[in-house]
Parts: sequence; C-alpha cells; structure tokens
Amino acid sequence: MEQSPADNREEPLVRIRGLRFRRGERWIFDGLDIDIPRGGITAIMGPSGTGKTTLLKLIGGQLAPDDGTIEVDGRDVHALSTTGLYRLRMRMGMLFQSGALLTDLSVFDNVAFPLREHTRLTESMIRKLVLLKLEAVGLRGARDLMPAELSGGMARRVALARAIALDPTMIMYDEPFAGQDPISKGVLVQLIRQLNDAADLTSVLVSHDVAEILQIADRVYVISGGRVIESGSPTELAESGGEWTRQFIHGLPDGPVPFHYPAPLLADDLLQGAVC
Amino acid sequence: MLNLLGGWGLQALTRLGRAHLLLLPLFRGLTEILRRPSLLVDQLYSVGVLTLLIIGVAGLFVGMVLALQGYNVLSRFGGDTALGFMVAASLVRELGPVLTALLFAGRAGSALTAEIGLMKATEQLSGLEMMAVNPECRVLAPRFFAGLLAVPLLAALFSCLGVLGGWMVGGGLLGVDQAAFWNGMQDGIDFNDDIINGVIKSLVFGFVCTWIAIFQGYDCVPTSEGVSRATTRTVVHSSLAVLGLDFVLTALMFG
Amino acid sequence: MNRKRQIEIWVGVFMAIGFAALFLLAMKISNLGTAYSGELFHVTARFDNIGGLKTKAPVTIAGVEVGRVQEIRYDPDDFRAVVVLGIQGQYLGKIPDDSFANILTAGLLGEQYIGIDPGGSEDMLGEGSEISMTQSALVLEKIIGQFIFGKKKGSGTE
Ligand SMILES: Nc1ncnc2c1ncn2[C@@H]1O[C@H](COP(=O)(O)OP(=O)(O)O)[C@@H](O)[C@H]1O
Ligand SMILES: [Mg+2]
Repeated sequence: MEQSPADNREEPLVRIRGLRFRRGERWIFDGLDIDIPRGGITAIMGPSGTGKTTLLKLIGGQLAPDDGTIEVDGRDVHALSTTGLYRLRMRMGMLFQSGALLTDLSVFDNVAFPLREHTRLTESMIRKLVLLKLEAVGLRGARDLMPAELSGGMARRVALARAIALDPTMIMYDEPFAGQDPISKGVLVQLIRQLNDAADLTSVLVSHDVAEILQIADRVYVISGGRVIESGSPTELAESGGEWTRQFIHGLPDGPVPFHYPAPLLADDLLQGAVC
Repeated sequence: MLNLLGGWGLQALTRLGRAHLLLLPLFRGLTEILRRPSLLVDQLYSVGVLTLLIIGVAGLFVGMVLALQGYNVLSRFGGDTALGFMVAASLVRELGPVLTALLFAGRAGSALTAEIGLMKATEQLSGLEMMAVNPECRVLAPRFFAGLLAVPLLAALFSCLGVLGGWMVGGGLLGVDQAAFWNGMQDGIDFNDDIINGVIKSLVFGFVCTWIAIFQGYDCVPTSEGVSRATTRTVVHSSLAVLGLDFVLTALMFG
Repeated sequence: MNRKRQIEIWVGVFMAIGFAALFLLAMKISNLGTAYSGELFHVTARFDNIGGLKTKAPVTIAGVEVGRVQEIRYDPDDFRAVVVLGIQGQYLGKIPDDSFANILTAGLLGEQYIGIDPGGSEDMLGEGSEISMTQSALVLEKIIGQFIFGKKKGSGTE
C-alpha cells in the first residue's frame, strides 16, 4: 500500500478528538476522544444505543461529525475528497452487524466482489485469492451457497472474508458476537485474533460482550453518555473497579448506566393516565 | 393546520430536490456501464425480460378489444375500412406508451423499489460504500438505464401485438377487408408524426417511471414498513406522472 | 456461470424482439414502408378551391398512385391555391402537359386526393412545370347550399 505522511509506528492509526455528533435533538457524542494504536485489537464497549455503530460509520466517513475531527493515518477523514475517501476505504474493512452480504450473489461472488471492483486481476487469480480468504474463515466448502442459505455465524464469517479480500490495514467489527451461540463466538474470537496477528492488521471491535472482549482486546474504551468513561487494558479495567465498569462487566441492571430510558416518574405517568 | 401543511410542503420539496440531485450520479454511472456492459445486461433481464409476458398479453387483448369496439362504432356509418387505422392510431399514439408505462410501474418499478429498499434496509448499500464502491453508480445507474432502454422496446412490442390482435379480431372474426385494414393503417399512420412521437413518449415515460422507482427505493425509510410504503408510492407516483405527462406531451405533439 | 449465460441469451432475445417490434412499427404499420423513396420531380397546379386536400394526399393516374401532394400554399396574387405535387421519377417525361388535375374524394366522406387525366399533347411534364387545367374540389356544403338556395328562390317567386 502507499506510504502515508504519518507512517509512524508510534502514531495512533485513528485519532478522534472532541467528536460531537447529534441525531435530531439528542447528542450521541459529546466530546469523544479516542486513540486507536496500530497493530492491536482495540475494543469499544458500551451499552446498546450509545452510538457504537454510529462511531464506526463516522470513522468510515459515511456520516459527518457536527464538531471535532477524526484522523485516520494522519488524514482528516471528513476533509478528504470523494476519491480520497474511497481510496482510504479500500484500506478499511468493515464487518457490519448484519453481515451486509449482497443477497443476489453467491458466497464466492461476494468475496470476489471487491477484487473485481477494484483490481484488474484475471479470473483465475481472483479464484485463488477468494479460495484462500474463504479457507481462512473455514468456509471454502460453502462457496456455492447463497447468503440466504447461511446461518448468522457463517454469514458473518463470509463477510469477514470479504472484508479482508483487499488486504486492508484496518478492519472494523460491528458487534461480531451479537446473537451467536457460544461455539461460533469462540470461532469468531479466534479468527479475529488470528487475522489480526497474521496480517498485521489494526482491529477495531465494537461490542458489549464483556467476556469475549476481555479475552482478546489489547485496549478497551468504555463509552457512555457520549464520552469515554474509562479506558485501558482489560486487566487494568478489571482491577480499577470503577463504578461504571463494574456495572458493565458484572451486568448489573442499574448503576451509573441507567436501565430506564429517561422518563417521568412511573407514578406520575400512571396517575396521568387515570386523570384523563 | 397551516404549520402542518407547510411542513408537508417543505418535505415534499426537499424530496423533489433529492430526487433531482440523484440524477447526476445516475448519469455519471454511464461511464461505468460502458466499461462493463454486463451490469446492464443483468438488469435488462429483471426489468425487461420478466416484464415481456404481461406486456405481450396485455397488448394482444387491448388490440382485440379496440377492434371489437371500433368496429361497433365504425360499421354504423360504413367506415369499417378505417378499422386498421383506428386500432393502430390509438395504440401507437396513446395506449401503447401509456399502458406499457403503467404496467411497467406495477411490474418492474415496484420490484426495483423493493429491491433497492431492502438493500438499504439490510445495509448492503452501506456495505458497498464501505467497500469503496459507489452504490449510486454501481447499483442504481444500471437499473436506471435498463429501464430507460426497456420501456420504449416494450411499448413498441405492445403496439405491434395490439395491431396483431386487432387484425385477428377485425380480419378474422368480424370479416373486415384485410387489404383495406392494412392500407388504411399504412396511409393514416405517419412515421414522423405518430411512430417517432410514440417512441419519444415511451422514452419519457421510461425515464420517469424508472427514476421514481429508483429514487423511492434509495430514499425509503430502511424498515419493512418503510419499504412497503415506498413500493406503494412508486406505483402511485409513476401512474400519476405518466397520465399527467401524457396529457402534456399529447398537447405538444398532436395539439 | 450457466445461469449467467441463460440471462445473456434471454436479454438477447428481449432486445431482438424489441427492435423487431420497432422495425415493424416503422415498416408495416406506418407509411414509411409504403412511401416512395426514389427520385421525385415536382409539378405545380393551381386550384380555385382545394377543399379538404392535405399534404401527403395521393396523386393518381387511372387510379394508380404516382406521387403525393408535397406542399400546399395560398398565392395572394391570383387568389388561388398552389399545390406542389411530388411525382415519381419513373414518370418523368411520360405525362402530357395538357393533362387535367382534379381534386377527387374517396367515397362519400373519404379523404381527398388528386386524380390526373392524361391529355393528348406531344409535350410532356417535367421538373417545375405547371398543370394549367384544373378542376377544384367539390365542396359538399356549397352544393347543398346552392341546392337549398335555388329551391328557396324558386319558392319565393311563386
Ligand atoms: N438513522 C437514524 N436516525 C435517527 N436516529 C438514529 C439513526 N440511527 C441510529 N440512531 C440513534 O442513534 C443512537 C445510536 O445508535 P447506534 O449507533 O446504532 O447504537 P449502538 O450501535 O451502540 O447500539 C440510537 O439511540 C439510535 O436511536
Ligand atoms: Mg449497533
């Protein structure tokens, strides 16, 4: 891949500073600062609805922030031209929560898709590459299936094979473990670790599956209320005993992160119904 | 109330604006299609080939009905030699382009909207963007040009089969003189005034119907309810647009 | 790949059918197929009244179409209509210049066309020549009007 101006191993690959983003009246992010170092697995944790998916879309340049900057490899994502942004995206793989496979193409064609779009390789070269990528996720035998014939876990692995087809420098996983049985979770955990180490990738992992994250992440950010509330290595987090983290890691229903969506008092709500 | 109306109008206007902004990347996608015609071929299959049957059957029957009704009226004052002309003129000038566009909106337009809407709802379009593939050029443009190309061809087929149906009923069933049928038709239908104008009409209708279908799919709320509403809107808006435009075009061409 | 091939074949069939339909519309249904596309020569004729004659109306000799009306205009100098006839090149020099041009009606209410009755002259019509002997259209309203008017007059004097 091309040499970047800031290709310094010490520099973080992604640097987010003072990010503010809002949906309607609600600020999803309100002054978010995150550094994602090169070459490791960085996990971003937070309860559902805190904007984890939104954050990945902001990093990928699909959404634009209201304030603050996101730099990837030293370049401000939202100051890039369209071609610049597309060139950057070729070096980013993203695994969507749903897999986002193209439903009218077979598994093989899905994985071949980015290669056919962005390279001028011959069909036989593409075939070799696709089979290698599928082998890496253990689905070489499923190449002729259609996406509708895959289980959720398999679909995610195919999407993973597609995300690494162009050998990106960074890959973003959106809740890869959600809704998976323990075995596929284990398979995915192993895959993510292997890919990260074998290809010298930088992985960004968004999830709320505490056990898996603590197992593979090198660095963890916990976000809530639009800010980072805690960060560090998994062991640091487990030892810090911060109130937020304890709630999250031990799955307590109420604590600093409220179980309830903001609402008036229950009694008031009920009484109001009676009055009317 | 006024507030509500204003809000609604504003929303409609922004939507209209977005629809027009979409045209630019659609036409930019033309270069991509010229580079890889197979993109267009795949879409011509779903937009054209799958619509062939309904267009053919409808054309045949419309022509047959036209001949029956036309004969009833014309034979009252001995004008049944003008039957061929009457059938062909109604088909080529009006019914071919208009009915084809309406059937196309129902058969292919709604399918286009649903397909694109579902691709949006299942994040396939987002996925393409993250793979550095522009969905407007890669997904929307081939569908758009396939529709644009298919509708005039389908309308021509509709008119041809309609004339055939009219001839079968007129010449076969009602015993109108065959030579008079064809000669009257060929004398009455002018290539420039009728055929070319009919083709222009169906080009315009194809443009509008496909554009509406693609925009509604691309702009829909990405939920199952949003997709179903967008599909309905495609059929309603396309039909109204076709009927309205037909009036304007007819006034311009034949007025 | 097999399915891809099938799609390609079907799309090929679709395009072929579509363009065949367009071709049929042009050649079989419209006047393009019957239109004479060869050389034409032009002859003018002046009429007092052309009735409902339109451009593209047939020009016939002995009932056989030899050309079409190409242009109709009004000449304010002699208050007559000037009709330009486009006649097929094969008849150049074969129509006597004292021929007679009539505006006739096909059937009682049908379209009007021009019928040429050949004369006996030695000289023939060429490009740009004029037919001097013409018979205007029979205007039905006029005939009926004359008929009614004449009858009224007759009954008025009684
Ligand atoms: N298209 C949208 N329009 C409006 N609000 C949205 C949209 N997408 C997401 N949101 C809101 O943004 C918040 C963050 O969403 P998301 O990033 O999907 O959360 P997470 O992935 O952490 O579960 C949610 O509360 C959701 O209500
Ligand atoms: Mg999410």
